[in-house]
Amino acid sequence: MSDTHAETVSYVRETMLPQQEPPASTVGPLGWAKTNLFSGWFNTVLSVLSGLFILWLAYRLLPWIISPTWQATSLNECREIIGALNKPHGGACWGVISERWKQLMFGFYPPEHYWRPVLSLILLLVALGPLLFRHLVPAKVIYFSMLYPFIAAWLLWGGTIWNPIVAILGFVIIGLSLKFLTSVLNPALALIIGVVLAVIWWVALAGTVAGGLSAVLPIGIEAIASRQFGGFMLSITIGVTAILCSLPIGILLALGRQSDLLLVKAMCVGFIEFIRGVPLITLLFVASVLLNIFLPPGTNFDIILRVIIMVTLFASAYMAEVVRGGLAALPKGQYEGADSLGLDYWQSQRLIIMPQALKISIPGIVSTFIGVFKDTTLVSIISMFDPIGLSNAIRADTAWNGVYWELFIFIGLVFFIFCFSMSRYSMYLERRLQTGHR
Amino acid sequence: MSELAMDTPIDRSAMKVSDEVAIEIRNMNKWYGQFHVLRDINLTVNRGERIVIAGPSGSGKSTLIRCINRLEEHQAGQIIVDGTELTSDLKNIDKIRSEVGMCFQHFNLFPHLTILENCTLAPIWVRKVPRKEAEETAMHFLEKVKIPDQALKYPGQLSGGQQQRVAIARSLCMKPRIMLFDEPTSALDPEMIKEVLDTMIELAQEGMTMLCVTHEMGFARQVANRVIFMDQGQIVEQNEPEEFFNNPRSERTKLFLSQILGH
Repeated sequence: MSDTHAETVSYVRETMLPQQEPPASTVGPLGWAKTNLFSGWFNTVLSVLSGLFILWLAYRLLPWIISPTWQATSLNECREIIGALNKPHGGACWGVISERWKQLMFGFYPPEHYWRPVLSLILLLVALGPLLFRHLVPAKVIYFSMLYPFIAAWLLWGGTIWNPIVAILGFVIIGLSLKFLTSVLNPALALIIGVVLAVIWWVALAGTVAGGLSAVLPIGIEAIASRQFGGFMLSITIGVTAILCSLPIGILLALGRQSDLLLVKAMCVGFIEFIRGVPLITLLFVASVLLNIFLPPGTNFDIILRVIIMVTLFASAYMAEVVRGGLAALPKGQYEGADSLGLDYWQSQRLIIMPQALKISIPGIVSTFIGVFKDTTLVSIISMFDPIGLSNAIRADTAWNGVYWELFIFIGLVFFIFCFSMSRYSMYLERRLQTGHR
Repeated sequence: MSELAMDTPIDRSAMKVSDEVAIEIRNMNKWYGQFHVLRDINLTVNRGERIVIAGPSGSGKSTLIRCINRLEEHQAGQIIVDGTELTSDLKNIDKIRSEVGMCFQHFNLFPHLTILENCTLAPIWVRKVPRKEAEETAMHFLEKVKIPDQALKYPGQLSGGQQQRVAIARSLCMKPRIMLFDEPTSALDPEMIKEVLDTMIELAQEGMTMLCVTHEMGFARQVANRVIFMDQGQIVEQNEPEEFFNNPRSERTKLFLSQILGH
């Protein structure tokens, strides 16, 4: 090998190169447009075509949407206003929304009591705080979240204050029996005893006790029947309850499906497959019609409660499969890591497995939530007045007979706001839980 | 195979083997379906012993140590750990698991918890140690494996070698009497093997009872008091490291050693 060659091969860097600015064409708005819109002729053509399409849509839709009909009190009045404008494509009749939006929100709930659903919605946001934004909200708020279901039910349905109090007492019974019996009995057995005692209390005693107490101390607000519920208030009541109950039930079903106990496993698989194999409408019909045939005559089993139970069961079956997907995605090493430290089954599920499995399944879980919320519109089939059911009721009024688009656009918009916020929240949660292990 | 661990001279004075039996395995057999993975295993481990288990892949060495804390179930024979026999009784299993630490090839740290939380989780929930005390213990062991400054990071932010040292610290936080190592350095870059082996050597010098499945023959020579060679689910040969490496008796061992040491 020659000397010159040796000189070129042997090389030692003495100064490290400093970091430099990236080229101007790759940063800033120009760089963004270049990489995202105009990278290559094909993408440029696509960008231009989509831009033109959006402009065309706006050109056709905006004149229809911007229509000065907010004050109209009937469809005919709308037609007169639009006719006077002499527009080529006509216009929307927004009078129906400005006149009937309260009904779309609250159904046939008495207007002087509108504050009750509004207050429960505000309190719902407070109660969800510790669940949704754990690091921002004081942890003590969780006690309020635990009480919230009783407060909300009382606000919405009204009646004597003793009803929610005796209902809470049932849970106190479960809590006390867990606390005092676990020292002598196995926890599962203590729980079963507690639940049995609580059920006896709720079924046999609670009604009488509440009745007696309200006779002595009649504190309460006006009772409002389930049939008067309607609009988005009904959708939110059914949707939120089903969403909140379906997640824990779904988790238990998913765990049961993985269980080594054959009977538990068979029951969970059977339940999940049965519910997933039946349309929700069928279950709703069962809730509204068939259950009454099987229940003893004279039992008054609230229709909203029946629907909530059916929607919850339906959602839980789907939730179970979503959670199972998350469980399957966890490496076996996580189970072994937890086992090797001596954690028992429930500890490792709660502390190690579920936090990770649920995090993996966030997109699927939130999709199911959104699906459940939108499925609540199906209750219009069993003649409950959810927003879709109400839109039919509004059209039955001669003043608004023939209004379709405006109502559906409004209902769609409100649903979109709810569903889009759920979807954004899920993305926020995914980002926050990111600990950079992938 | 790495000889890196040979660099540091080590002090064998504290590595005393007592007469007390830590683990006793009698006529243990295990099958995966029809496949006989472990055949008639008999092994007694005294307290303070450092045992290296070697053998070709598929010889059942990992399965053997995973039976000791019942990550795998054996179908025949007896395994007695610290005087408690492993049966299907869940209470005994959890008790033994809390006394026996284990390190895995892929670390199996919990990625959703910080390093400190990884270390305090089991003491708090299994041993019911108060959080503050558990954190102090955790920091003590993290200092011992030389990564106290990473305590608030997540496992995904650490290098492989650091993760394995955290895994060792996590096991130590339970104050185990026995440590099992299942190929702790096999998933590591060569540069990181030494830092993990050094931690293990330190542990051995303190008299910990250790069973290690490893291909690090330098470590075996230096630290082990006994090397066990397995093939086809059986213990083929066991001996003191010097004898084992210099004077292997069975043909299978000779072949294995010539392949693993021959380059």
